[in-house]
Amino acid sequence: MSVTTEQVETRVIETLASFGPDQSQITRSATFEELDIDSLDLVELAQVVEEEYGVVLKGEDMKDLKTVGDAVDLIVERAG
Amino acid sequence: MSPLGLGAERLHERWADGVVGISDGLGRADDFDPAEHLSVKEARRLDRFAQFALVAAGEAIAQAGWVGGVSGSGIDPYRVACVIATGIGGQGTIESQLEVMRERGARQVSPLGIPQYMPNAAAAAITMKHGIRGQSFQVGSACASGAHAVGLAMRMIQYGEADAVVCGGTEATLTEFAEASFANMQALSPTGISRPFDLRRDGFVMGEGAGVLVLEAEDTARERGATVFGEIAGYGSTTDAHHLTAPDPSGAPASRAIELALADAGAAASDVDYINAHGTSTQLNDAAETQAIKSALGDTARTLPISSTKSSIGHLLGAAGAIEAVATVRTLVTGVIAPTLGYEVPDPELDLDYVPGESRPLIASNGHPPLALSNSFAFGGHNVTLAIRGAES
Repeated sequence: MSVTTEQVETRVIETLASFGPDQSQITRSATFEELDIDSLDLVELAQVVEEEYGVVLKGEDMKDLKTVGDAVDLIVERAG
Repeated sequence: MSPLGLGAERLHERWADGVVGISDGLGRADDFDPAEHLSVKEARRLDRFAQFALVAAGEAIAQAGWVGGVSGSGIDPYRVACVIATGIGGQGTIESQLEVMRERGARQVSPLGIPQYMPNAAAAAITMKHGIRGQSFQVGSACASGAHAVGLAMRMIQYGEADAVVCGGTEATLTEFAEASFANMQALSPTGISRPFDLRRDGFVMGEGAGVLVLEAEDTARERGATVFGEIAGYGSTTDAHHLTAPDPSGAPASRAIELALADAGAAASDVDYINAHGTSTQLNDAAETQAIKSALGDTARTLPISSTKSSIGHLLGAAGAIEAVATVRTLVTGVIAPTLGYEVPDPELDLDYVPGESRPLIASNGHPPLALSNSFAFGGHNVTLAIRGAES
C-alpha cells in the first residue's frame, strides 16, 4: 500500500484536532508540546495510524517525535 | 447536576415545586451538554461521571467565593483537600472499551480507558483543574458513598488536616447493563415510579448526576467573609453486618448511625426539625428506615417532617448522599421543606409524616438555627447520617 504525504498529513491533523487543539494551530512545524498533545494522545494517534495504514508505532518510535511533521514523515516512511 | 438540571438552587426549587425529573423509568441528566462546560480535551478525557463532578465542583467553588480559584485566592493549596465519592466509576467507558476490544482487538483499546473509568478520576480532575494540593481520593460505599465523603471531609477539618475540603459524590451508570444488573436484583421499580414510603412502592428508579460541597473551617470562612449556608454538625456511621443487599429489618444499626450523628452534633432528638430520608421507594429500605427513625428519635419521630429527594430525581447511587446533603442545606437556607412526591397511599406499617402533597415551611424548634438529618443506607449494609445545621443569622 502506498500513501502520499498529503493523505497522511490530512489524517494526522484531523485526528489531532479531535484531541482538543484548534485545527488552525496544527501545522507541520507545530510541536506536540505547544499543542498540549501528551503521550496518551500519541498512543491514540498510533492506534489510528495502525488501523488505517497498518503501521505499528511503538513507544520508542514515538518518544523522539517533537513536531507534527516528524510524525507524518515517520508514518509515510514506515507505510512505504 | 441532577435530572432537574444544573444548580443547587434549581435542584431544591424544582423539587419543592413538584417537578419529577424521571422519564421512562430513568432519572437522566438530560440538560447536561459537556461542550457547554468543558474543553474538548477535558470532555474526551473524562467519563460522564467525572464530567458531572467537575461541573458541580465548579459551581460549589464559585459559591465558596474563592476569588481567583484555589490558587489565586491566597489560600494555601496544600490545606485544601478533595474527596469525591462514586459507587461504580466510569461504567460507560468500561462498557464501550470492552466493545472496542471485542470488535477491533486488544490493540485498539484506548490508553484513556483507565484514567476515564478509575473511580478516583473525578477527584483527580477537580484537583487538577483547581490546583488543589492537599489529600485527595475517592471513597466508595455504594449508595452511602456521597454521605461518607461529606462526613470524612468534616473529620479532616476537625482533625486539622485541612482548612477546606471540596467533597461530594457523582454517578453516571445509566447503561443497559447496569440497569439489567439492578433489575435482576429486583431492586428497580418495574413501573418506573419513585414513590418512597407509599404503599404501592415497588423499587427504586436509577438516576445520574453529582453533588459537590465546599466545607471550610468556621474560623477561616468567617474571617474571609464567606457566605455560610450551613454547618455539617454531626456525622454518624455504622454497618448492618446482616445481608449483602437487604437492610437489617429492625433498623437497629441505622438507628445507631442517627444517634451517633446527633451526639456528634451535640443535639437531642427533640432538636431535629427535618429529615431528608434515604427513602428509596423499595419495600425493604423504607420500612427499615422508618423503624430506624422511630428507634432513634422516639416521640419526636411522630411529628417530624420527613421527605425523600429520590421522589423527584430517583436514586443517584454514589452521588445520592452528597446531592441530598445539598438539598438539605437548601432546605435550611430557604426554610422550605419539599414534599415526598407521588406519596398518596399510606402504608399502614409506615406511620410517620412523609410530607405528602405540597411543600411546607420549615419550623425551627426553640429559636435556634434549624437542624436537619440526611440519611444514606447502602447495599453492603453501610449506614451514614449527617446532621446539618442552618447558618447562624
